[in-house]
Amino acid sequence: MITFEGVTKRYGDGTVAVDNLSLRVPTGAVTVFVGPSGCGKTTSLRMINRMIEASSGRILLDGRDVREIDPPTLRRGIGYVIQQAGLFPHRKIVDNVATVPYLLGWDKKKARARAMELLERVGLDTKLAGRYPFQLSGGQQQRVGVARALAADPPVLLMDEPFSAVDPVVRTSLQDELLRLQAELHKTIVFVTHDIDEAIKLGDTVAVLRVGGRLAQIADPATLLSRPEDDFVEGFLGRDRGIRRLSFVPASGVAVRSEPHVPGWNVVLDGDGRPLGWRPDDAATPSGAPVNRTGSRDGSAPAPDGVLPFGAFDPAKDSLRAALDAALLAPSGCAIAVDGAGRFQGIVTREALDRALLQAGGAEPARPAGSGSSTPREVGDEAGNSGSGVSDRSSATGGSDGPSSSRGPGGDGAAAHG
Amino acid sequence: MGEEPLIRWAWIGRNWPQIEGMLVDHVVMALVPALLGLLVALPLGLASARWRVLYQPTVSLMNVVYSLPSLAVFIVLIPLTGLAERTTVIIPLTFYSLAVLIPAVVDGLESVPDHVRQSAVAMGFGPMRRLLQVELPIAVPVVLAGLRVATVSSISLVSVGALIGRGGLGYLFIDGWQRQFPTPIIVGIVLVVVLAVLADGLLVLAQRLLTPWARARRTA
Repeated sequence: MITFEGVTKRYGDGTVAVDNLSLRVPTGAVTVFVGPSGCGKTTSLRMINRMIEASSGRILLDGRDVREIDPPTLRRGIGYVIQQAGLFPHRKIVDNVATVPYLLGWDKKKARARAMELLERVGLDTKLAGRYPFQLSGGQQQRVGVARALAADPPVLLMDEPFSAVDPVVRTSLQDELLRLQAELHKTIVFVTHDIDEAIKLGDTVAVLRVGGRLAQIADPATLLSRPEDDFVEGFLGRDRGIRRLSFVPASGVAVRSEPHVPGWNVVLDGDGRPLGWRPDDAATPSGAPVNRTGSRDGSAPAPDGVLPFGAFDPAKDSLRAALDAALLAPSGCAIAVDGAGRFQGIVTREALDRALLQAGGAEPARPAGSGSSTPREVGDEAGNSGSGVSDRSSATGGSDGPSSSRGPGGDGAAAHG
Repeated sequence: MGEEPLIRWAWIGRNWPQIEGMLVDHVVMALVPALLGLLVALPLGLASARWRVLYQPTVSLMNVVYSLPSLAVFIVLIPLTGLAERTTVIIPLTFYSLAVLIPAVVDGLESVPDHVRQSAVAMGFGPMRRLLQVELPIAVPVVLAGLRVATVSSISLVSVGALIGRGGLGYLFIDGWQRQFPTPIIVGIVLVVVLAVLADGLLVLAQRLLTPWARARRTA
C-alpha cells in the first residue's frame, strides 16, 4: 500500500505541480495516474521513489515515510520503467536486465540467470540477451525495460508513460503483456499515462488529475465511465462512455439459445462445429445472387457461397461489449456464442442482449478480471451525480424498452428482424 | 637544390641512430601532453558538466591559451624549465590538448540521453557509481574522438620545439632548410605523418575494443 497524505510539490518559482494530493494505491493492484500534461502525474510518481522530493505532506510505503529511507536503497526496492525504456546503451541486454541485482551485490552468475528468466517471462527470445539495446526494436526495448524493473522482484513497480513512444499495435501487445504479467505477479503498480483508454484498460483504479496537480476523481474504470464526478472528468473520458463501460460487464449473464437457427436465418458450421456464418432460410438460390465472401472469425477459411458474415464471442471470457459487437456484425442481428475453442455454443438474440444491457445499466459493474478496488468517494457522491449517470445508462441501452418488454424466451421477437 | 637528389638513402642509413633518438623524443613529447591533458581534462570536464557556470569560463580560458603562439610560451617557460628541455615543450602542448579535451569530456557527458541518466537514478545508482558505471562509459566515444584530435595535433606541434632546440623530428626540418638539403625534411615529414597515422589508428582500435556498442551503432 502506498499512501499519499496531503502531498504538495511547489517549485522555487512558485509553480505548484502537485496540490495537496491524498490517495491510496492498494497493494497488488494497478493504479493509473492519468491526466493532461501539466497535471503533475509524473511528478507524483517520482515523489514515491524520491526522484523528486515533496514540498509538504507525506508518502507512506507500507506505513513507512519514504523520506526515512536512503534514496538508493528505496529505489532498488522499487521497479521503475521509463518512457523510451532508458536502457544503458553500453551494456548488453542481459546486463541491462541484471542492473539492480548487480547493485544489490548478487554474484554475476546468479544475476544473469535471473535476467535470462525475466527475458523469457516478458516474452523475449533469450537469443537477444547478448545484443546491445540499439539492436532491438522499440517494443523489444520496452519489454527489456519491464524485465529490468522486475529483476530484483520488487513489490512495487512505477511505470512512467512506458508505452507512449511505440506504435499503437506494439502498444496494445505491451499492454496485454503487462496485464498477463500482473495476473501472475500481483505487483503494486503505479502507472502514469495521458491516454485515458490505456488508463481504463490497465487500471484497477484510475486517478484522474487535473492541471495544477489536483485530484479530480479516483475510481475503478467502470465507475469512472458511468459516473464521472464533474465536467472535467467527463470531458477527459471522451465519447461513448456507455458503450465503453460495457467492457467491464461480463457477458456470462446473457441468455444463450442452443439451437443453431433463428427465424429466417441458420448458422452454418464447419466439420469441427465452428461457425462459418449465417445463411438465410430462402438461400435455395445456389448461384447468381451476389453474396459476400467472408472468412471465419479468424479469417483462416473462406466461407462457402451464400453464407453471410457473423460475429462471435465467448461468454466465459468476453464482455457484454463484445457480445453486442458480435450481434451488430451479423445480418441476422444475433450474436453467436462460442466456447474457448471457437466451437458453436448457441445464439444470443437481440432481445436477450437487450435484457442483459438493461441489467448492466442498473447493476454496479464489475471487472471481468475481478478487481476488488473500492471507491469510497463514489458512494457519497452518488446522489449528486445520479442525473448524468442515469441519462448515460439510458443512452447505452437506447431503444431497449420496446422489444425487451416481450418476455418470451428469446425467439419470439425475431419476427421484428425478419 | 638543383642537382641535389630529392632523397639520399645513404644519408638516412648513416644518420639512423640520431633519427631514431629524435623519433623517440618526438613520441614522448607528443604523447605525454595528450595523456596528461586527458588526465586533467577529466576532472575539469566533470566539474564543468556538473556546474554549468564553470563551463564557459573554462573553455574561454583554454581558447585564449590555445591562441598563444607556442614560441612565445616557450620563451616565457625557458627561464623556469630550461632551454631545450622536454618539459618546456610538454607544458604548452598539454594546454593545447586541454583546449580540445575539456569540451570533449563535457560533450561526452552530455551525450548521455536524459532517459538513461534518469533510469540510472531510478534503479538506485548513487552519484559516484552512476558516473563511473553509466555516464563515463557512455561518454567514451566522444572523449576518444577528442583524444584523437589532441594526439594528432600534438604530434605535429612537437616540431615547433625545434626552435628552442627540442623539437624531436622537427630538428630535421631546420637542419634540411639550413643546409638546403631536402633529405632530412622529407624523412621528418614522412616520420611525423606515419607517427600520426599510427597513433590515430591505435586510438580507433582502442575505441572499437572499448565501445563495441558504439561500433555496432555506426554500422547499423
